[in-house]
Amino acid sequence: MTTPVEAEQTQVEPAGADLGAEDRPWQTVVWNDPVNLMSYVTYVFQKLFGYSRDHATKLMLDVHHKGRAIVSSGSKEKVEADVTRLHAAGLWATMEQPS
Amino acid sequence: MKSWRRRGGRVTAGFEQQEAAVLRGLVSQLEDMLTARAEEAPQDPLAELTGIRTGPSESPNDPVLSRLLPDYHKLDPDNPTQEDLESAGALRSLHEPELVDAKIGVARVVMDTLPKDGGDVRLTFEQADAWLSAINDVRLALGTALDVTEDMPDELPDDDPRAPHLGVYHWLTWVQESLVEAMTG
Repeated sequence: MTTPVEAEQTQVEPAGADLGAEDRPWQTVVWNDPVNLMSYVTYVFQKLFGYSRDHATKLMLDVHHKGRAIVSSGSKEKVEADVTRLHAAGLWATMEQPS
Repeated sequence: MKSWRRRGGRVTAGFEQQEAAVLRGLVSQLEDMLTARAEEAPQDPLAELTGIRTGPSESPNDPVLSRLLPDYHKLDPDNPTQEDLESAGALRSLHEPELVDAKIGVARVVMDTLPKDGGDVRLTFEQADAWLSAINDVRLALGTALDVTEDMPDELPDDDPRAPHLGVYHWLTWVQESLVEAMTG
């Protein structure tokens, strides 16, 4: 594991500091539940987000072992749409805006 | 039935009469529940004029419906913040009509493609995706009603009132798993 180089962080920070609450990105969270099949959850992540099988499997395992995983992020409208599509597929999803 | 198979751009399986009756019965019950929920939505003259429908802002009292139509935020069950409650209510009101439509839509695909008396089912990939969502919804409904846990045994003691229904749940799990395999294999 490596950490990002410091130069990159300082470049990113000024832009981030200017963002108001409305502009801060939202996150789509999927929660573990006892019904959804591991194979189905992986398939849904691939189909809805176009993720590779490996990436979708990693997210599914995070949900399974850690209880939750962030599966997408972006504007409020995008994340609302993602949560709705996950609900249509039967996954337990919520959205949050980390402060 | 035997496993789903993929043949020439279709996925196929054969259903016994009994299997078709069970699955059709469960899917149509779910469709009825969702339709009843949609009819609870407030009648808003402004919505009729603008075509922008609004749904209820409150989570359903029924635990099955509430699992099928979850809140948009993770709410603290004991002490949710007012801000989260208001935002979750607004998001539900905005999106629930389309979500209920989507769930009724996939239920209808199953009802339209699964013969009443059983027999061969041949699905396009799009129809198969609808089947996956609909079977998953039925499993969520049964799983909630049966209080299924992650380490649910294959069978419950005979005197457990849930015992006969658990067999149906496990069968649907197998039907879904097999369909995912056929779609991804």
